[in-house]
Amino acid sequence: MLSYDIVIIGGGPAGLAAALSAQKRGAGSILVLERDKELGGILNQCIHNGFGLHTFQEELTGPEYAWRFILQVQEAGIAYKLNTMAVDIRRNKVVVAMNREDGIFEIQAKAVILAMGCRERPRGALNIPGYRPAGIYSAGTAQRLVNMDGLLPGREAVILGSGDIGLIMARRLALEGAKVKLVAELLPYSGGLKRNIVQCLDDFGIPLKLSHTVVEIRGKERVEGVVVAQVDANHRPIPGTEEYYTCDTLLLSCGLIPENELSRRMGVEISPATAGPWVNECLETSVAGVFACGNVLHVHDLVDFVSEEAAAAGRHAAEYVLGGAGALPPAHADVPIQPGQGVRYTVPRVMNPARMDGEHKVRFRVGGVYKGCYISVYLNHDRIIHRKRPVMAPGEMEEVLLKKEQLLAFPDLSQITVKIEGQEPA
Amino acid sequence: MYDVVIIGAGVSGAASARELSRYQLDICVVEKEEDVCCGTSKANSGIVHAGFDAESGSLMAKLNVEGNQMMDKLSKELDFPFQRNGSLVICFSDAERRGLQELYERGIRNGVTGLRILGREELAGMEPNISDGAVAALYAPTGGIVCPFGMNIAFAENAAVNGVEFRFGTEVLGITKKEGAWALETSQGEIEARFVVNAAGVYADKFHNMVSARKLHITPRRGEYCLLDHSAQGFVRHTVFRLPNQFGKGVLVTPTVHGNILVGPTAKDIEDREGTNTTQEGLEELLGKAGDTVKGLPVRQVITSFAGLRAHEDGHAFHIGEPEDAKGFVDCAGIESPGLTSAPAIGRMVAGIVRDLAGAAKKEGFIGTRKGIPDPKALPQEAWVAWVREHPAYGNIICRCEMVSEGEIIDAIQRPLGAKSLDGVKRRTRAGMGRCQSGFCSPKVMEILARECGLDYLGITKAGGESRLAAGMNKDRL
Repeated sequence: MLSYDIVIIGGGPAGLAAALSAQKRGAGSILVLERDKELGGILNQCIHNGFGLHTFQEELTGPEYAWRFILQVQEAGIAYKLNTMAVDIRRNKVVVAMNREDGIFEIQAKAVILAMGCRERPRGALNIPGYRPAGIYSAGTAQRLVNMDGLLPGREAVILGSGDIGLIMARRLALEGAKVKLVAELLPYSGGLKRNIVQCLDDFGIPLKLSHTVVEIRGKERVEGVVVAQVDANHRPIPGTEEYYTCDTLLLSCGLIPENELSRRMGVEISPATAGPWVNECLETSVAGVFACGNVLHVHDLVDFVSEEAAAAGRHAAEYVLGGAGALPPAHADVPIQPGQGVRYTVPRVMNPARMDGEHKVRFRVGGVYKGCYISVYLNHDRIIHRKRPVMAPGEMEEVLLKKEQLLAFPDLSQITVKIEGQEPA
Repeated sequence: MYDVVIIGAGVSGAASARELSRYQLDICVVEKEEDVCCGTSKANSGIVHAGFDAESGSLMAKLNVEGNQMMDKLSKELDFPFQRNGSLVICFSDAERRGLQELYERGIRNGVTGLRILGREELAGMEPNISDGAVAALYAPTGGIVCPFGMNIAFAENAAVNGVEFRFGTEVLGITKKEGAWALETSQGEIEARFVVNAAGVYADKFHNMVSARKLHITPRRGEYCLLDHSAQGFVRHTVFRLPNQFGKGVLVTPTVHGNILVGPTAKDIEDREGTNTTQEGLEELLGKAGDTVKGLPVRQVITSFAGLRAHEDGHAFHIGEPEDAKGFVDCAGIESPGLTSAPAIGRMVAGIVRDLAGAAKKEGFIGTRKGIPDPKALPQEAWVAWVREHPAYGNIICRCEMVSEGEIIDAIQRPLGAKSLDGVKRRTRAGMGRCQSGFCSPKVMEILARECGLDYLGITKAGGESRLAAGMNKDRL
């Protein structure tokens, strides 16, 4: 059986950054398993710019961003296998994988890093009524067809959902010669980044209708049109508001789902709020020695943050293998992080002050749009952070930084709470 | 001129073709769609009914029980997925127990074996997620589940191997009697045959009425369904029906042979014989009614919804045989539930009728078995490893949700009556049937289809006809 210190499942941005950082921290042997024909993951089809502003202080395209990491991985001599599917991860960290050349094979790992990314919510999960003709694509599938195969999925499109991929694809289709008639969003706010609404819709004169959804798909062989209606506060279509749009294509950008089938099967506990593993501040899951990072952990907006998070996961995995932090019994119990008012979830879920490096980021998303409000962090009942944010929205991930000494200094720390608070009380 | 032309490559037509291919007959199946299993046969519950529903003494009851009994052997001979998971009909009040008793007695009369009425405790032991209101159930251990595509495709492939010709994209427009033969006017020219088998599903009345003065009337009765992901596997283990009451028929909740959970169908009579669209009301009704049968259905695990049309004949009867005023024209009409269950027996009956009319003799060299597409992951791990070592294309996973390899997809395309479209590949291999609903694999399957069929990307369709997947190339009109 093959044997590696660390096996990384997925060679996208998370897997690559984790591999580099694990090696830098001293892991001896690392193997990256990638199911596609090249490293880089979904970045390879993201040919638009806007990547790397945080990581490289430059504006790169997706493939350029990926290439910088791929080069480093190759220069570092980190092993990887392409066209290789991980089919099972056993609890004892034996990874079962398969490809054309090696057939089905097993790898014993000392630590595993989950970096499988996410998938798109399909039409069926949205239960949009109507026929099932050709011309209905999830936005990412359409992106692959256009950007990698050079195929135009349709001439006239309606896009349901204003997630970032949907917004990016609205602009891409317009640039490639298709007419984008409408982006409809079920919620009263967009799930995408503000900059994407401006650069992808406004700049191209593509209308965005909030609180609207597709209530019917017409066309038996190929999409011929969709009926769009306004929805009420409970997301129910309002009768009488229906409008018919002729189109040959419907793109769906209605959410991303972390791909945790392998994680679940090996017994990793999953958070219902993120659909990703519960992790501690080392990004270690409920199974010791199994770490998670990137979109398999929680869906990110920016790849820069994926790289940063994955680097932390790689470092902690290496430390686990080297018998560092993981082997020492922590002097302090895990402290749960509670998502309070306005906060949907936090990653990590627990923090252990004894195990912390110097400082750790807590990332989270808010449940609605908040203007002029504060991010507050409480240690037990004491507020230690109170930071004003002009605007917060579910489409933009937020973060706070917790310091080890601050936590260690707090007597009887039993709970950390992150919440959104209104105006500063007088 | 053919000896026999069969209209329709659904499960009845394919089963009839396969049984007729045992005889010295020149047979052709004409199908308006691009593939087998494109109508009623592809969108139904996939249930092998025990046989207690149909009126005792009816042809329906007879063929249901026969078809059920043939299923074990046939599924092995033709290598399609079938399981005898048992079915339950539940009721919600003591007053309804009489209805269960009636079903039980009808079942006994129809020749169904092993029937038993269960009390609440035993029922809840068998199905922990059963509705709290369920007080009793009729248990039928002979009830089962089958892959509807798998069975239809198996019949058709085996028929093709035994010499039956299939003409796809061939729509029958008219039928006239000529001297000693029938002339079928089709979208691809005229076809003549001594005998015609009318297995046209929701269109069977149309063809029957072209040749007979004794009119038939078929109503397309739409049934909508929701399919849940594998993650819901085990939610129920038996096929759970509810006893029809004054509030209607209820919907069934069943496992599928592939480990999903299926909920459905609704029942709505419509006009459009191609009206396979789902509706807001239908899907809401469905999930509401499912909540009466089971508790806590994980509706967030729904990965797709679909609708199929039952070919409902006014008298809810199977019409199999020659109309008195149309000799040599053999109807196979009104085939609605339990049509899928009955298909093996229907095929045998239709073949018997045509054989006698034609005076056909058995032919030598009939091949009675067929192997489906290998599914090496279903083998023990060592055998799987060995298989992939010898067949590297089976090591390249294309559909990650259903773990379908390139090897399986190539086989699906190359085998007799092979797949020509994305849906054709899907029905044969399950690529695209999983939780991402072909989001990841469709570009890859398109690539394999283009390569294996020598097609341009722009010619690749979802399901034939005008269902092209791409409209053009980037910037081609700028």
